[in-house]
Amino acid sequence: MADTQNSSAALTVKNLSIFFGKNQAVKNVSLDITARAVTAIIGPSGCGKSTFLRALNRMHELNPEARMEGEIRLFGDDIYAHDVQPVIVRRRVGMVFQKSNPFPTMSITENVTVGLRLNGIRGRKLLAERTEQSLRMAALWDEVKDRLHAPAISLSGGQQQRLCIARALAVEPEVLLMDEPASALDPLATSKIEDLIVQLKKDYTIVIVTHNMQQAARASDSTAFFYLGELVEFGPTTKIFASPSQKRTEDYVTGRFG
Amino acid sequence: MTAPNHRWRNFKNVLSQVVTFACAILVMTPLVLVFYHIVKEGFTSINWAFFTQLPPGPGDSGGGMANAIVGTLILMLLAPLIGVPVGVLGGVFLSEYGGSRPNWCIRFAADVLNGVPSIVWGLVVYGLMVIAWPAPFHGNIKFVDTARHQVTVTNRTGVSQTFEVGAKTRLNLHGIHQFDALRTGRDVMIWYREIQGTPVANRISSTSVWGLCTAAIIRLHNSVSGFSALAGGVVLGFMMIPLIMRTTEEVLQLVPGGYREASLALGISKWRTIVQIVVRTALKGIVTGALLALARVAGETAPLIFTAFGNSGWAHKLTEPTGALPLQIYIFAIGPYPNWHRQAWAGALILLLLVLLVNIGVRFMTRDRFHNKI
Repeated sequence: MADTQNSSAALTVKNLSIFFGKNQAVKNVSLDITARAVTAIIGPSGCGKSTFLRALNRMHELNPEARMEGEIRLFGDDIYAHDVQPVIVRRRVGMVFQKSNPFPTMSITENVTVGLRLNGIRGRKLLAERTEQSLRMAALWDEVKDRLHAPAISLSGGQQQRLCIARALAVEPEVLLMDEPASALDPLATSKIEDLIVQLKKDYTIVIVTHNMQQAARASDSTAFFYLGELVEFGPTTKIFASPSQKRTEDYVTGRFG
Repeated sequence: MTAPNHRWRNFKNVLSQVVTFACAILVMTPLVLVFYHIVKEGFTSINWAFFTQLPPGPGDSGGGMANAIVGTLILMLLAPLIGVPVGVLGGVFLSEYGGSRPNWCIRFAADVLNGVPSIVWGLVVYGLMVIAWPAPFHGNIKFVDTARHQVTVTNRTGVSQTFEVGAKTRLNLHGIHQFDALRTGRDVMIWYREIQGTPVANRISSTSVWGLCTAAIIRLHNSVSGFSALAGGVVLGFMMIPLIMRTTEEVLQLVPGGYREASLALGISKWRTIVQIVVRTALKGIVTGALLALARVAGETAPLIFTAFGNSGWAHKLTEPTGALPLQIYIFAIGPYPNWHRQAWAGALILLLLVLLVNIGVRFMTRDRFHNKI
């Protein structure tokens, strides 16, 4: 049973604890993230869900006070092994942030290809192909194909966020992490991002942190509910929202607290 | 709805507006007057000769400041060679690396350095680059006078010199520290100073690779030391470092952390993130900071007195003393001749225009590449 679970798991998290100084943000969390599926992480503010997400590609290490215990394996590779550089982990596990952040000095194309270019890939043809491919995957190609060399910051907020997704996809990661990718967008742009997430799970493993419970219900296959740094419940999204086994989960998803 | 004290409040509003406006005007007035006066006085004295001829002697008519203009241009090219790389990289360190406590110390040091009087900078570089460093005398012991505590040494070119060996002389010959260790025929290096014409040894040691290297470096230093354009460039460069460091740090701090995160999350290394994302985003601010620093030091006079020194003719090498506009203006302004005064005004105008020109030029080059397309 455990073996079959592991074979379809992109990320295996075992007994993960994360501390910032004396404060423990994530408490002994274990869960498997299924490959080519969307896993949503929900929970009230400060429950450690963003920290958990950032630990999956070692972004939490940007805080010099951060310390982790436990183990995370990406398709079997220990991403915290001594000889593994964070840079390599982050190439395999991409990330999209809450606030869209295309680089303001670069054009649309340059933004998409920046991860490749700054990692030494120069081929003009390859970069052009990857630009189109990534922008198509991010459902942005049709809107920007005529102005690829326009500045990225001339795009609208929703387009900028999809550009950031395209930028993350261009380096061909195995897993895509999304930290509240639609929370700064209007409903129309939000629904476009959600459609995109559903599209992308054909090729990618996606982990999304969200405050929006409807979004989790609409877009994800499994849902993890975090509360005060602990993983309260993890299971198929339908089950978490329809018949959760924990009282706290039910209270949260029905809006009784949070 | 009118509050009972509404007239009084209105009055206070108007009053504060008038007072602040008056203060703003007060700040502007001297600036405008200085500009007006320099342009008025300087403009009438500028002619072709001013740019092509050497400074006039006492009482001469005509002449120009060609050498000083070129000298200042050379100094303005040399200074950024030191000031910009060190200042920018230091600012990058302060903003992107390091802990809060060491950085606090560095920041404090930079702020203190910013306040150091420019003439002190001049003295520092005078000591570093202008005066020759004491070089060791390297040779073979020919004679040891035990009675008078003297030792005579001949170097490879056959020059002989007798040194006094006092109680304070430190001896280190193959680990032996006594006077007896000085034997005829031994190779030694003697660091010495002259006291009333007599060379007195500070330190006598056996020849070592370390000692020979030090001697070579000192000889190299002494071959370029002296009043020079180089020393002038270095002192202005030194003065630029803390200025550029602080402005660079400040503009880098303005770059939102989200860009750094986005770049790192793409698997881009920290150094590339800093260079290609952070510095590139803040480039305009960094260039502006460097430029302001250059403009600030371009008009410095005091530190150049001890370094570039000034020159009434042309400097043919970077190791020769050179004229510079501020120096020449200073010399001419305090002189008694009306022609010199006119030249000084013209020099001041040119210096002002030079700084303005650099500003405009660099602003043009670093203008936003997307500016026209949006």
